[in-house]
Amino acid sequence: MTTSAPRSPAFVRHEPLPPQAPPVAETGMIKWVRENLFSSIPNGILTVAAIWAIYSLLSVLLPWIFNGVWSAESVRDCNEQLAGASGGCFAAIGATWRQMVFGIYPNDIYWRPVTAFVLLGVAFAPVLFQNVPRKLLYFTLLYPFVAYWLVWGGSLLVPVTALLGVVLGYVVYSRLVEQSFAMGFFGGIVSALVFWWLSGFVVGEETNVLALSQVETRNIGGFMLNMILGVVCVSLSLPLGIVLALGRQSSMPIIKWICVVFIEFVRGVPLITLLFVANVVLAYFLPPGTNFDLILRVIIMITMFAGAYIAEVIRGGLAALPRGQYEAADSLGLDYAQAMRLIILPQALKISIPGIVNVAVGLFKDTTLVSVISMFDLVGIIRGPILSSTEWSGVYWEVFGFAALLFFIVCYGISQYSQWLERQLATDRQ
Amino acid sequence: MAMTDQAPDQTEAPKVSDEVAIDIRNMNKWYGAFHVLRDIDLTVYRGERIVICGPSGSGKSTLIRCINALEEHQKGTIEVDGTTLSSDIKNIDKIRSEVGMVFQHFNLFPHLSILENCTLAPIWVRKTPKREAEETAMHFLEKVKIPEQADKYPGQLSGGQQQRVAIARSLCMRPRIMLFDEPTSALDPEMISEVLDTMIGLAEEGMTMLCVTHEMGFARKVANRVIFMDAGQIVEQNEPEEFFGNPQSDRTKLFLSQILGH
Repeated sequence: MTTSAPRSPAFVRHEPLPPQAPPVAETGMIKWVRENLFSSIPNGILTVAAIWAIYSLLSVLLPWIFNGVWSAESVRDCNEQLAGASGGCFAAIGATWRQMVFGIYPNDIYWRPVTAFVLLGVAFAPVLFQNVPRKLLYFTLLYPFVAYWLVWGGSLLVPVTALLGVVLGYVVYSRLVEQSFAMGFFGGIVSALVFWWLSGFVVGEETNVLALSQVETRNIGGFMLNMILGVVCVSLSLPLGIVLALGRQSSMPIIKWICVVFIEFVRGVPLITLLFVANVVLAYFLPPGTNFDLILRVIIMITMFAGAYIAEVIRGGLAALPRGQYEAADSLGLDYAQAMRLIILPQALKISIPGIVNVAVGLFKDTTLVSVISMFDLVGIIRGPILSSTEWSGVYWEVFGFAALLFFIVCYGISQYSQWLERQLATDRQ
Repeated sequence: MAMTDQAPDQTEAPKVSDEVAIDIRNMNKWYGAFHVLRDIDLTVYRGERIVICGPSGSGKSTLIRCINALEEHQKGTIEVDGTTLSSDIKNIDKIRSEVGMVFQHFNLFPHLSILENCTLAPIWVRKTPKREAEETAMHFLEKVKIPEQADKYPGQLSGGQQQRVAIARSLCMRPRIMLFDEPTSALDPEMISEVLDTMIGLAEEGMTMLCVTHEMGFARKVANRVIFMDAGQIVEQNEPEEFFGNPQSDRTKLFLSQILGH
């Protein structure tokens, strides 16, 4: 026997219900606070503790900032103006910012590094952004020589011959590379070196052709020095890292082992040791009388250091690519260089962006280590001339805060750019 | 491309010429101590459509991957289009540009659009002007029936569409021989036929094809020779009618009963 299910009453709605405002506890601030700050007892305790911590931090920091003294002759003057109250002596920043940014670069020619800095933006634009006209890349290639001339000064012939040597090397390379890569590579390097050696005789005589007043390397310092080291070393260590990463994957044992030994050695040594080597030890190995600029030595060391790290980051990217990508490139008849340039590296570098940026940001901040080998970079100039001056000894927080701000602006910018770039390159997502 | 609904009769099938396209003699390959391919002898004539089947691990993929030197063989000779494979990289690149390959997992380049996938090799290997390469690419994309996807990226396409792009990408190099390495094994069932239709169309145009596949319907329809491999050896080869209707070796009978049995 079957029992019929209770018949559901027929129902038709003729008037749609108008939407009503939700109960107060379900909207706006109250709901958000309840869900995010006081969802449970431990969460509530943490919220209260965090608010207390923020309060006690700000209750010290805000008076210190707002009571700050912005114009004073010296730290003693500051203390007199404050009369025992808590407050920062920001006058120190106003009095020393030129030193912090430019080091002991001659005052009257600040326009030269400033111009170089502005042009840096122009030179980087086509590299960083796809929609900038490609023709600007020619300027990017010229930029290192222009910037060198602006910052160090001297005869225009020096950067011009350097540039001509590079161009000559490239021409020789592109002629010989048809026959074999090794021949092109070494042929290019040798011809550039020979050109530089020969032109050295001419340039050595003519020191006044379109000369800007020469600035000694030891006068270049402050944040400018950090920027120079950071930009140059990042730009150089990326190609070095790519070469090392590819070399480490090479099927040729000698190349592979050279790369492995280089990477492992450099990664196994603290940067500070390499800098000491650059500063002191390297001089013993160079022929007496060679004037091998300290900045150049430091750039070589930092580049090697960062290159080894970047190589390992890129190796991770290369390893993450499926084997099928190599096989597809091979099966289409692309040669090694084409496969790497067109297929493998664009994908591997994209995967490696966060890691590369991580190394780049770290490297940029590590440039302050040169203060240990008594170069007057931003940290060096603060620890040395500024803090030991009679006027501003003891104003640690204010000047180091300023230094931190400068570094933060640059590093945060790099980080934001890399996130933007990752979004731009995300084509393989569904 | 004339893709008819009915299978062409054997009499209508494109002529197989007596010109040798691939000549493999006494070829052996080892992975370490493991002997993957043993004494392979195989001559493929221009216009032949060969299906290679066999249980997994029998070396069938390895065999066709040796033909364009994705795998290196240690003994014997492989001659493709009159060029003997050697370890010389120029020689290998030449053969690879004449031999198209389609993979199980498509292996499209995810950072390039469909059109760029198809034009890359013609532009860089063949030095074709960009405009011309794009025209060729659109021609072949129309052949595989997805010209409207040209500006999309591989990740936006279905598996079947990706595999058809992969076929078009190979065809853009105007290869004289096409190798297919299990082209439908990674596809959802409803996408298999669209890829097979493309391959059938290609066969009808007289392309020399070597296909590693388990699609026995495809083998019956277009192959003029079926090769059965087991344990690194060619166990049996015959015309499809004979191969399926009257297998000779016990190993072949067992294999066929397993894959056709249900």
